[in-house]
Amino acid sequence: MSGYPEDLRYTQEHEWARVSGNVVTIGITKYAVEQLGDITYVGLPREGEEITKGDVFGTIESVKAQSDVFSPVSGTVAKINDPLEDNPEYVNDDPYDEGWMIQVEMTDPEDLSDMMDAKAYTEYVAELD
Amino acid sequence: MRPLQAHTVLHVEPPIFELGAAGRSGASLPEMDVPEIDPGQEFGVDVLRCEDPLLPEVSELEVIRHYTRLSQWNYSIDEGFYPLGSCTMKYNPRVNEWTARLQGLTDIHPYQNDDQIQGALELMWRLEHALAAVGGFARVTLQPAAGAHGEFTGLKVIRAALSARGERRRKVLVPDSAHGTNPASVAFNGFAPVLLASGEAGILRPQDVEQALEREGADQVAALMVTNPNTLGLFESHIAEIAKILHSAGAMLYMDGANLNAIMGKVRPADTGVDVMHYNLHKTFSTPHGGGGPGAGPVGVTEELARFLPVPVVERRNGRFVLDYDRPDSVGRVRSFMGNFGVLVRAYTYLREMGADGIARATELAVLNANYVRARIEKEYPAQYGGACLHEVVLSDHRIEKETSVTTLDVAKRLIDYGFHPPTIYFPLIVHGALMIEPTETEPLEEVERFCQAMEAIFVEAHEDPELLKHAPHSRGVNRMDEVRAARKPVLRWRPEASDS
Repeated sequence: MSGYPEDLRYTQEHEWARVSGNVVTIGITKYAVEQLGDITYVGLPREGEEITKGDVFGTIESVKAQSDVFSPVSGTVAKINDPLEDNPEYVNDDPYDEGWMIQVEMTDPEDLSDMMDAKAYTEYVAELD
Repeated sequence: MRPLQAHTVLHVEPPIFELGAAGRSGASLPEMDVPEIDPGQEFGVDVLRCEDPLLPEVSELEVIRHYTRLSQWNYSIDEGFYPLGSCTMKYNPRVNEWTARLQGLTDIHPYQNDDQIQGALELMWRLEHALAAVGGFARVTLQPAAGAHGEFTGLKVIRAALSARGERRRKVLVPDSAHGTNPASVAFNGFAPVLLASGEAGILRPQDVEQALEREGADQVAALMVTNPNTLGLFESHIAEIAKILHSAGAMLYMDGANLNAIMGKVRPADTGVDVMHYNLHKTFSTPHGGGGPGAGPVGVTEELARFLPVPVVERRNGRFVLDYDRPDSVGRVRSFMGNFGVLVRAYTYLREMGADGIARATELAVLNANYVRARIEKEYPAQYGGACLHEVVLSDHRIEKETSVTTLDVAKRLIDYGFHPPTIYFPLIVHGALMIEPTETEPLEEVERFCQAMEAIFVEAHEDPELLKHAPHSRGVNRMDEVRAARKPVLRWRPEASDS
């Protein structure tokens, strides 16, 4: 199993979160990308939008399926990765950097405690296969 | 089993805009015998176009050849096996086409008086009651023009009934195996869809519904929307208990009748506690798939909900048939006139031709064919949710992907080389590399067996020559499409400049 970055936290729905102070950057994991196949469209919220932990904040369409993306934290969307609109393949090619989806200013850092670390996520994914 | 040799159909055909020559025409009009008007003066010069429209300039023969050639690229149930799961590509019996063309049914107009269209009204009345008998419902509306339109109408009826009770419930539970139209219809009616995970056996468990009611608030949930059998081809065997749980919480049970063809003549959904159900006439009652064209999605409801159905309904009074508009609680019209009447004629013909015993037999054969496929090839393509299925079987690429580099997409494309339409792939989403195969009841054993042999041959090819599959199909004028580019940068319109390149 290819390694999942140690500095990220993970959800069961295969989102990752990178925490920097109060701001959380969110994307989807390599595992999710492999399951989806070639991504053809990424739908993102607007900047300034309020989002709630566990709710859908975006959609991803691939040649296989359309999937919802869930937010691991509550807060306000501070920034979205605009270039994904024209270049959805960034999510395939570089899910942890160029393929990030949104940045959220979170209201409660406690939200993060439900997320897995890289080791737990690796074990979780291994069980799915 | 061997793949086909290259097709002899001509596969190079330019768009019709690139055929013909300037000034060529397929029609000759007589001399004008009325005074010419000046459109600029009549309508104002600002609305006149300055250039001629870019219409094709072709002869009648060129038009005929162009579209005949394109039609030869097509694939249909009349040509071969079409196991497109979930879609139910049922054979459309020719007798349906004969009745739909009867002059007494084609040469009438919906604005004629009831007295002059008694035959058409009687047909609708009889079809309504035949469908009601199949589903176990009190009344059925024939208006909705497609399955999703039926979903919309059925949920609208539920909403009206809740309103009449003075309740404002705004959530509808939808299992994760549902057709995508279900959550969409929910949202269209102003409800919020709430996803329900299927249990490990691939069906809903009563405790999951109980928990969802508790979590979402029992007085907030308007309904559960369930397809039975579900999209895994599995019968929701806890359905009666789930209906009781919903009803005791004041919620309703909506059944998506998309897969009614798997249980018709055997189970009446209303007997399992279903309050509202739509029928897909093109899936269950052998009317044509319209490719988005004319369809029909009648909706059946229990006695309690009948007063909310769309207007008008056909009633029989003193031996005559009348259209009744006087239904104050109705949700109103959902479609102009009587829906897609020609489709209704075909479904009625099918029901009369088959009879009650006939539709039960069709159900048995549909289930038998799907289980034959399952038993024959599940070693190569294991089902994620095991056990007997109903009218369709959902297999996976678990084994082939692990042992080779080949995936479901490659298997599907290679089937084209063996002369078969591929099954539905990657749906339902909860199955890894899903191959959703639905032979339907009319398929002869020999043809189903040939398909299974092709699937076995492809399994062997995947191990011996995976590259062959990755570039399949090889027998068509146009081989493997770049689906990613087509989705990312779709070209949806012909433009003259594009033709220069």
